[in-house]
Amino acid sequence: MSDRLAVNKTYKQFIGGAFERSESGRSYPVAGAGGELLANAIQGSRKDVRDAVAAARSAQAGWAGRTAYNRGQVLYRVAEVMESRRDEFSAEVARAGDGCSHEAAAQETASAIDRWVWYAGWADKFSTVLGGANPVAGPYFNLSVPEPVGVVGIVVPDEPPLLPLVSRLAPVIVSGNTAVVLASQRCPLVAITLAETLALSDVPSGVVNILTGHRNELVSPLAGHVAVDSLDLTGCDAELAADAARQAAATITRVVSASAAERQWADESAQSPYLIDVFCETKTVWHPKGR
Amino acid sequence: MTDLLAVETSAGPADAVAGVRITPVDAVGLEQRAASLCTRSIKTSSKADALDLAIRVMDLTTLEGADTPERVQALCTRARHPDAADWSVPPVAAVCVYPELVPVAAEALADSPVAVASVAGGFPAGLAPLDARMAEIAWAVAAGADEVDIVLNRSAFLSGRYQKAYDEIAAAKQACGSAHLKVILETGELGSYDQIRQSSMLAMVAGADFIKTSTGKIGTSATPAVALCMAEAIRDMAEQTGRAVGLKLAGGIRTAKQAWHYLVIVGETLGSGWLTPERFRLGASSLLNDVLMQRAKLLDGRYQRREDFSVD
Repeated sequence: MSDRLAVNKTYKQFIGGAFERSESGRSYPVAGAGGELLANAIQGSRKDVRDAVAAARSAQAGWAGRTAYNRGQVLYRVAEVMESRRDEFSAEVARAGDGCSHEAAAQETASAIDRWVWYAGWADKFSTVLGGANPVAGPYFNLSVPEPVGVVGIVVPDEPPLLPLVSRLAPVIVSGNTAVVLASQRCPLVAITLAETLALSDVPSGVVNILTGHRNELVSPLAGHVAVDSLDLTGCDAELAADAARQAAATITRVVSASAAERQWADESAQSPYLIDVFCETKTVWHPKGR
Repeated sequence: MTDLLAVETSAGPADAVAGVRITPVDAVGLEQRAASLCTRSIKTSSKADALDLAIRVMDLTTLEGADTPERVQALCTRARHPDAADWSVPPVAAVCVYPELVPVAAEALADSPVAVASVAGGFPAGLAPLDARMAEIAWAVAAGADEVDIVLNRSAFLSGRYQKAYDEIAAAKQACGSAHLKVILETGELGSYDQIRQSSMLAMVAGADFIKTSTGKIGTSATPAVALCMAEAIRDMAEQTGRAVGLKLAGGIRTAKQAWHYLVIVGETLGSGWLTPERFRLGASSLLNDVLMQRAKLLDGRYQRREDFSVD
């Protein structure tokens, strides 16, 4: 077996349920902890952003139209499939970026799986907790219900490779949003492995789209896209975030960024029902009461 | 005319109509050429020009049983100023409606450059009694239609009764008077590129001012290969007789990208002389919004959202 050629995986972008190279045809080298070449990742372009947003947009109504119970099951299924591929995820996490011990990588993978399960459980509970029946001065029922904003663009921070991605993605899609994710620029490979898991986990095509490439190329067209309803800029540095926020303001796109507590990725402070709420819009309904 | 009769008695496909030669079509070559023309990339200022041209040659169409006078009036308002927020957008070429709604459209477009087009002649099958079809055409013209879209009698054409198909188009041309006559071939029902080429020639020789691909009422509509096939027939006609006939593509054209692919096909086959509303039209209803979206993207650099553009 020693002279066997390795069959290496091509890490392609995940757009509309399909694994695709960039429209631009570009790629960029991804280095491991020792500076060695791990793989070439796709270097996405603004047209890939456009295509991903179009895919997310067309998937959104169908995903939001699923029952909350069903969305919870789908998220739980993601955790199940990840669990069966724990070793693969751990190995990818261990060699990505600055690298870490196998124990630390296994711990991060386990935390990521647990986070999916945690948010899956919220699927049919958050609207009860965050919404409610309001007392009003009149013969009406007055109900507030959180509804998904629509398409959310997520800029994932560079490291750690897996846990921030899951921590920011799960609360976005659990309520019925669809997402366009700009994966970590430095550690994009594990994001694509997650995409393979999503493709096998009953997540409908277009609900999650994952792009890889250079942030300073991709954030601007994503932030400026009129069809993006909310932006998570956790992975942007101050300058890029300010520029993206300016672009977003022109189309009244809500901008969100993780707090210091939420950036303690391994802690419970990184997960919260209020992270679901921030990507929801509250709809209030008045209904006449019978006499 | 003698050639046409000769064709009618022969068992094989027609090779001439009224003295105009019809060359056979190389289907593989045609499709490959059409596909290669559709790979052309159009950038920046050319794209802006192509989008404006696509609007200027558009026949904004509504052909539904549920069309009301109010709906047609709204469409006419859009035809004059396709983007209510940006009056630099040029008006479309024509509004295309059913005959009963021609008076409404004619009134709404009275002092505008936009023409009124009417389908007539037993649209979409073209199998009403001949008298009724001619009366319908005359009625539409009298009611104010500048252009009349009739359908080829496919029943006659496909059963080899070329003379009957020819005579009906010639009669329709007479009934039109000064109005322009567009003949719809319904290419999706013709079966082969050779038949499309033959029916194109037959319609042109019989007096059509425009030949048009489809009614939009069946599944198969305009395709790049069909557009190229008909454009080549028009080129042959112009070379042999000196008569310039127009081309109208309709059905299934929904995106700006498709529209400029067709502009490339027509420009490359017939020359830029055909890229005017007098000789080229795009019949569409949902295309306009996509063109306006791409136009807005070019102007402010942001990708646009479909919901921000008018539904009708």
